[in-house]
Amino acid sequence: MCLVARHLEANGIPTMCLGSALDIFESGRPPRATFVDYPLGHSAGKPFDPADQLDVLRSALRGFEAMTVPGQVQRLSNRWDAEGGWEDDAGRPRGGDTRQPRDETPQFQHAADREAALASGALRD
Amino acid sequence: MPVAYMQSIAERYQRLGYAPYRWFKAEEPPAWQPLAKPLAAARIGMLSTSGAYALGQVAYHYKDDASFRPIPAGTADRDLRFSHLTENYLVDARRDPGCIFPLRALRALAAEGAIGQLADQVFSCMGAIYSQRRAREELAPALLAAFRAQQVDAALLVSM
Repeated sequence: MCLVARHLEANGIPTMCLGSALDIFESGRPPRATFVDYPLGHSAGKPFDPADQLDVLRSALRGFEAMTVPGQVQRLSNRWDAEGGWEDDAGRPRGGDTRQPRDETPQFQHAADREAALASGALRD
Repeated sequence: MPVAYMQSIAERYQRLGYAPYRWFKAEEPPAWQPLAKPLAAARIGMLSTSGAYALGQVAYHYKDDASFRPIPAGTADRDLRFSHLTENYLVDARRDPGCIFPLRALRALAAEGAIGQLADQVFSCMGAIYSQRRAREELAPALLAAFRAQQVDAALLVSM
């Protein structure tokens, strides 16, 4: 994503990256980034919490006007939970491979999605 | 302390005997393009790298899928789907897409005037592309053309 952001910005489109992996932003150095310290998979806010989602998005977008230093990362103060502790599990290198097998078959979420893609003409048998 | 994902994932793959995932590492400072108008007047585009697709579209495949999907900004949550190489991170997104694919929040910000407008189409792709060449030579130029066609003043990129 950092690579795409840099390409867009170099071609005249201001960009803001929003994400939850600070080290990946620091490696990829996008023009502007907003770091929200939530578990991966929640970079737009907490599930079933529209107020938090709106707050995260509002803060991220404000960076377009507030940030002036290329490569800057603004850190949101939003906390995932009061106790903390989720980071300990998320950062452990233990456990198996969490990736799915890599091939070129579309991986529909539901079997019915495949039927819908066939019906729309997006997918050919 | 923010989680050190690159280190922990690298250690996990090494322990399992897999080749390391190579994250993009920037060697040069990024370009800089200031927003040309106030945010409250700006047309905002969005890209999500969460592997979102809309019902009726083709899901992603998991081997260097460098394609993207245009998704109408008015798409209802119930018509959003996800497929991603590391789909273990999508458990909550499949229950509430708003936690990773912020269409609802962006529509609300446009309605209240915090942003000028939301583009008619937003975009989605799958991260986890192992080939940086394909991301650089295929995906990035295609997305630039797509954002230009949407006439956006700025683009929000939301990661997995």
